[in-house]
Amino acid sequence: MGKTSISRESDEQEKNKEHSDGMAIVVKNLTKKYEDVTAVDRLSLEIQKGELFGLLGPNGAGKTTTVNILCGLLKPTSGSVYVAGYDVLKEPKKVKELIGVAPQVTAVYPSLSGRENVKLFGDLHLIPKNSLERNVDELLKKVGMTQDAKRRVGKYSGGMMRRISLAMALVHDPQIAFLDEPTVGMDPQSRHAIWDFIKELKKKNRTVILTTQYMEEAEELCDRVAIIDHGKLIALGTPKQLEDKHRAKNLEDVFIQLTGRRIREGI
Amino acid sequence: MKLRRISSLAKKDLKAYAREPASLFMVFLFPVIFTLVFGVGFGAVGGSQSTTYQVGVINMNEGTSHPEWAQYLIGNLSESSILRVQFYSTNDSAQADLIQGKIQGYAIIPPDFGQSCYSFWASPSNSSSWTNTTVKLYLDKGSMFATTAIPPLMQQILIKTIYGTLPSASSGPITLGVPSLVQVRAFTTFDYFAPGLFAFASIFLIMIVAQSLTFERENGLLSRLYATPTSGGEVMIGKTVSNMVIALIQAALVFLMAFVVGYRPMSDASSIVFAFVMVSIFSLCCVGFGLITAAISKSSGVATGVAFIFIMPLMFLGTFVTAGLSSAAQSAGQFVPSYYVTNALTSLLLRGAPIFSPTVLLDLVIVSIYSAVILVIGILLFRRHERA
Repeated sequence: MGKTSISRESDEQEKNKEHSDGMAIVVKNLTKKYEDVTAVDRLSLEIQKGELFGLLGPNGAGKTTTVNILCGLLKPTSGSVYVAGYDVLKEPKKVKELIGVAPQVTAVYPSLSGRENVKLFGDLHLIPKNSLERNVDELLKKVGMTQDAKRRVGKYSGGMMRRISLAMALVHDPQIAFLDEPTVGMDPQSRHAIWDFIKELKKKNRTVILTTQYMEEAEELCDRVAIIDHGKLIALGTPKQLEDKHRAKNLEDVFIQLTGRRIREGI
Repeated sequence: MKLRRISSLAKKDLKAYAREPASLFMVFLFPVIFTLVFGVGFGAVGGSQSTTYQVGVINMNEGTSHPEWAQYLIGNLSESSILRVQFYSTNDSAQADLIQGKIQGYAIIPPDFGQSCYSFWASPSNSSSWTNTTVKLYLDKGSMFATTAIPPLMQQILIKTIYGTLPSASSGPITLGVPSLVQVRAFTTFDYFAPGLFAFASIFLIMIVAQSLTFERENGLLSRLYATPTSGGEVMIGKTVSNMVIALIQAALVFLMAFVVGYRPMSDASSIVFAFVMVSIFSLCCVGFGLITAAISKSSGVATGVAFIFIMPLMFLGTFVTAGLSSAAQSAGQFVPSYYVTNALTSLLLRGAPIFSPTVLLDLVIVSIYSAVILVIGILLFRRHERA
């Protein structure tokens, strides 16, 4: 390796450090267009390390598109995205080593057991085998799936699948977790158990980006929230700040004021 | 590229195939049941047909002195219920057909054959006046039947031609040993079908691969895999490895079931191992077609239908089904890779050809090239579709 490439690499690292100082995620002027539809429109965000950040918005607002770009699954039309100091476009593999993703669609292998699903993702993250078994056991316990872990996922209820999906995302103890609607379809008891689990992640100084349609969930868990509509950032702050600013009694009122429609469409 | 990721992905697929009733049936039970039904239906159990050998003859005695002796010999060969005679004008053309397994052997009647026989009959007791000559015989070296059955049969017919009713122990211009009687095994229809069954079983991997990939895509599983450090290459190799394992298990099950119903291949252990290698290489081709199917299908339901675009020609033109088709359809088979798998396995398992025989090696090369090209096209199309 020549001097020029070493200096270029260190320049790159410096540049990354510049972007990552104290920040888990830096998004600048992010735009994603699908032919004539703009899913994300010049979105800029900064999420601090250890922050529990809520991404809120009605259906089709661009939340999942944004998350998919942050995870390196989609290429933006323009703008820049840094995750843990790495440029997602240039170093997607490094980003993927540091993140955990629980997608909105409960993507689990129905013919595998709950335990096998979680273990598969630990293997894909190359977690050492001895600690993987321990991680899997701990996670299954935390999401309340120890008893059903050996059953095939295809026979689970929707809520149970979500819990396994969450464990799959977190088996490698990622620095940054993207949780897209993690409690949809869960009974109140399970939902509160998952909330406790998410709070525990924050205590461990993990960054969590939570996408949710439940305003009480965002209010309960999030340090800050961003409300997106038509791909644009329309509000950003702590739930309290937003409530004060919009003279609303809760976050749901803020949301309705800003988006002009009920968040739970069809309910 | 990490081996652990590839092995985890391959294991995941294998578990899915084994646990999903539909996949289990299509991948494992269908070939086994098919083999059983064919074995029973086409005579591997108890049934038999009379055995015949396709033998070539080059008559160089034509146009020389006493050509009637060569015609007499050819007449005797044709009258045999065991030999089917095919005529060649040159050594090269006969050699080519022997290499391709179309004939099991050929004899060259020398130009002085007639003169030799005439000299014997002109003076049966004066050996110094005889014209000595040799009938050359070329046989498929790897065919146990050809090497054990054809020489004694030829000897018997030569004796009959030269000596007629005279005792064969008499000395003559062509020295002949006493032919040993050969216990000839009868081939059943199933013996001819069995090599094609191995390729037939693998062909359905196309549908399985396409369904599996479209299911993973539809349900967000592929996206989820790509959100980990797993590369597209690792996903593709994992899929290929699992399906190669499936192909080998299928081949083993088909072989086992064929054996149970009475099939006994004309080959040694190395040929059987080679047959498995051939099937596993062909499975790469099927994975490639599966990837192409998945790339052009929007859902697993559509993939099932689209898979038949590839399954049908591979099955009808390149497996045991081909035997019942017209010569035009059989010629068209040369454009599908399964034809070369069946051809190589027929040479190995039916004719007992050695694994290094030119025809088998040529088939292996063709199948390998086909598989590599189809697999690469499949990967490129599928990856392009994923990126879109």
